[in-house]
Amino acid sequence: MSEDELKQLIVAAIQEVAPEIEESDIDPDEDIREECDIDSMDFLNFLAELKKNSGVTIPEADYPQVNTLTKMLKYMAERLG
Amino acid sequence: MDQYSYEITMPSLGADMTEGILVEWSINIGDEVKKGDIVAVIETQKGAIDMEVHQEGTVSEILVQPVAKVPVGTVLARLKTNVEVVEEADAASLPASVKSESPAEYMENSKIEMVIPASVVSVISSPVVRKIAQEQHLDLSNIKGSGPSGAILLRDIESALSVSSESVTPAEAMRAAIARAMEKSKKEIPHYYITLDINISHVQQWLQNENADKEPEQRMLLLVVLLKAVATTLIKYPQLNGYYLDGQYRPSKSINIGNVISLREGGLMVPAIHDVDQMSLTEIMDAIRGISSRSRGGHLRSSELMDATITITSMGERGSDSVLGVIYPPQVAIIGFGKPRQIPQVRESEIVVCDVITTSLSADHRVSDGIVGAKFLNALAKKLQKPELL
Repeated sequence: MSEDELKQLIVAAIQEVAPEIEESDIDPDEDIREECDIDSMDFLNFLAELKKNSGVTIPEADYPQVNTLTKMLKYMAERLG
Repeated sequence: MDQYSYEITMPSLGADMTEGILVEWSINIGDEVKKGDIVAVIETQKGAIDMEVHQEGTVSEILVQPVAKVPVGTVLARLKTNVEVVEEADAASLPASVKSESPAEYMENSKIEMVIPASVVSVISSPVVRKIAQEQHLDLSNIKGSGPSGAILLRDIESALSVSSESVTPAEAMRAAIARAMEKSKKEIPHYYITLDINISHVQQWLQNENADKEPEQRMLLLVVLLKAVATTLIKYPQLNGYYLDGQYRPSKSINIGNVISLREGGLMVPAIHDVDQMSLTEIMDAIRGISSRSRGGHLRSSELMDATITITSMGERGSDSVLGVIYPPQVAIIGFGKPRQIPQVRESEIVVCDVITTSLSADHRVSDGIVGAKFLNALAKKLQKPELL
């Protein structure tokens, strides 16, 4: 999967819980939940959606490694190989 | 066997609701219904709601045809039932102001326009006008017709439509509903406020262990633990859980917790989870997931908006350190959880990092005193030190 495809996949999962968010709204180095106004319930829904579409489960202990779009891209790329 | 008649009325989904629109029936005459069945969809300031029936029986009459805007309390349909109808003790089933006045006085005081269903009033209008009026929730009895014998023609409703379409958006209606409830609260309820920083290090540690090997859809939120702890603590504090109506406090046996849910487009919903004290943590998590998605996507049930006996507002991880809530009448208390945060604490001359959450209680001083509230918060804090027992 290319980096662009991966980014599309993440943004699509965000849009499932925050339909009005566009990729251009997200500063890739800021906290992803603040950028997209996602509460803790929606964050779980977002992770569930991501798992459904990529097969990758992000454990709670890894939340600090995925708290920005840039970090999440790196995290997912490593796992998807 | 004796047959009794039971009236299905436009419910009040809170002190702020004065009228609702019957959008569609999901029952027909002759249908058998059970308690809790969804019988209609109603449109309120809180969006489209699935309306439940509170009695079992057979539908004998349907008195109002959709689409019709009617005041709270209007009889919409009747059931024949074998069960003697006992007036519901549930205080929330009527807005606070209705109880203390006769319905006529209430109408007068609240300046509610009595909208009579189109099927009852003989308004002369063309079929196309009736169809548009139905689709646009337009009440024809208020429109002066320019046709023969005062018949309402298309041109008569065009002006009415252009007025109503720019008058109130759903967001404005919700804002107005929140405004009414909060204004009533601050005018009538003498609030007192107290706060306590509660150590939740154990809870956070326990949750981390519980969630460690779980898939996202099986993980539990901190809010679940807070709800269960509040509910089980409330059992011993009946002065905080109930309704104040007609100058009198009525404690509630059920502990139904209203949860403030902010909507992305602005405004909020406060759906209740019933009997939280009797639910497992997993059941509470499922219930929160349910009300959270239905608050946004529609299909909240009428009982979820009627039966809260106390409210919780939680700032989550991105909010302020503390929140002092405004009581939702006719309830008598609201509990506010701020953002969980870490602070240094001195323990046996050592500085340790601990997780705290500033917890507030706003309560009705007509019903309880600050000391009761303080005892409640301390009991809650104690309960939260042993999350594994919840």
